[in-house]
Amino acid sequence: MSPVGWAGAALLSGLLVVAALGDAVSGYRFDAQDTTARLEGPSRAHWMGTDALGRDMFARIAEGARVSLLVAVGSTAAALVIGVGYGALAGYSGGRLDGALMRALDVLYSLPDVLLIVLLTELFQAFLVNTPDLYRRLLALTLALALVSWVGVARLVRGLVLQAREEAWVEAARATGVGTLRLLLRHILPNLSGPILVTATFRVPAAILAESTISFIGLGIQPPFASWGVLAADGFPGLRSYPHLILWPSLAVLVTLLAFHLLGDALRESLDPRQRQRGAA
Amino acid sequence: MIRYALLRLLQGVGVLLVVATATFALLRFLPGGPFDREKALPPEILRNVEARYHLDEPLPLQYVRYLGGLAVGDLGPSYKYVGRDVAAILADALPTSAALGGLALALAAVAGVAVGLVAGVRRGSALDRAVMVMALVGISVPGFVLGAVLVLVVGLYLGWLPAALWEGPWYALLPAVTLAALPAAYIAQLTRSSVLEVVDRDFVRTARAKGVPEWRVQTQHVLRNALLAVVTYFGPLMAMLLTGSFVVEVIFAVPGMGRFFVTAVTNRDYPLVLGATLVYGGLIVISNLTVDLIYAWLDPRIRLAGEGR
Repeated sequence: MSPVGWAGAALLSGLLVVAALGDAVSGYRFDAQDTTARLEGPSRAHWMGTDALGRDMFARIAEGARVSLLVAVGSTAAALVIGVGYGALAGYSGGRLDGALMRALDVLYSLPDVLLIVLLTELFQAFLVNTPDLYRRLLALTLALALVSWVGVARLVRGLVLQAREEAWVEAARATGVGTLRLLLRHILPNLSGPILVTATFRVPAAILAESTISFIGLGIQPPFASWGVLAADGFPGLRSYPHLILWPSLAVLVTLLAFHLLGDALRESLDPRQRQRGAA
Repeated sequence: MIRYALLRLLQGVGVLLVVATATFALLRFLPGGPFDREKALPPEILRNVEARYHLDEPLPLQYVRYLGGLAVGDLGPSYKYVGRDVAAILADALPTSAALGGLALALAAVAGVAVGLVAGVRRGSALDRAVMVMALVGISVPGFVLGAVLVLVVGLYLGWLPAALWEGPWYALLPAVTLAALPAAYIAQLTRSSVLEVVDRDFVRTARAKGVPEWRVQTQHVLRNALLAVVTYFGPLMAMLLTGSFVVEVIFAVPGMGRFFVTAVTNRDYPLVLGATLVYGGLIVISNLTVDLIYAWLDPRIRLAGEGR
């Protein structure tokens, strides 16, 4: 992997540490208010300053990292499971079943993404009445994102399986009496793990972008809980007087997306050299 | 070609029917109703209001009624904006979103393709590297970040362009740039990598060898062949941009479709959500079809299904 790729990986590891330690890094709770220290700029006590309620911005950014990463990684993992299963089924079976499965994907593909995410989030929230507040929105958003983004994974995997099916080593495995399921799970899919890993690395930042955007317009994670989108929306009205409030969440998203893209490009170079653009989007 | 287009349009109507059905069902699963208030309405009044909008009828009947309305182009009344038809509301908001989206699309396409071509043809040069770094940053900037920066710097500190509202051509510039930045960066990456794929091919060398001027080699031979991959991305992009991005409309206070959709969902204004979803779906169908037709024009080798038989 290239040095740039390692730089991306290092940035992401740092982010993971901050997200994992959360409140412990700055010593403040993300929702602890201090009315004597409102709207302060960065200082030794508050590294990133405080917001309108005197909450420590660094603690809120760290909490936002937690939420954003959980939603993005969770939805990507779920999308991979559904997409790989569906795509492998379509690609391996071929013929009529493949045709029908792909038609269904075409219909899903012509649904407007953002609308669907918004509607599904509301729907899942309704079903999760018994879960505590933050987890309910978090889980609902994760599920909604997964249900929208698996379609792309399915298309990719179907194409890959379709190609692999014709290759000599698959035929050889089949000739030695390997069953269908085992052939898919032990032979074909492991061979495709490179491109699948690459597409996953690009889907996580896409999910972070979607989550922060939807939270920014007020339909995702809700205050007092923090996600980078919520924090940016919080800071937006005071843009002129207190630019630091929107600066930190913006920087956090920007650097995180950049790190994922650097890592993804590097992984693609080394794992999937033939198809340069396949994992993007 | 015409036969193919008609066939695809017909399929599109089918897709829209599925979209309408799915959205209708989805909306009715959501908790809460359009007339829930902080203070509950007296039961008699609620009953009257629901009867007014046929909400007291069984769901299947409401569904059939809605489809019947659709067939004659009636999207129903809005529950929130009393006395206004959904069709009228959308007819007001759509041109704004479409103008903004169209401008953003043009910006993204022209800037992205030009920059990608220049970088690809000069692979490895300082210019190429600079462009690629910019594109990488470009695909990592969320709309709300770029929008906030532009409002603050260009709108407020420098005062060159209006920071919000929608009252003339100049007002469109900042939102359009915000909307166009990410797709432009992505198109630049896409164009560059497909230029790299064709730039060493024999037909390019032949063109140069027979004395075709360099600019014609780059535009007619390299670009035309490289564009195929880029055009595929235009389908989803067109729909995304033409219908307006919610974030950009919120940041710049643009009175487009996005804002209506957001409030309509929270208000449970069923007909308005359905109407907006159908407009989005229709635009996606049309833009996918347009892309396929452009594809066939760019590459005459591609035969459209149902043609030439």
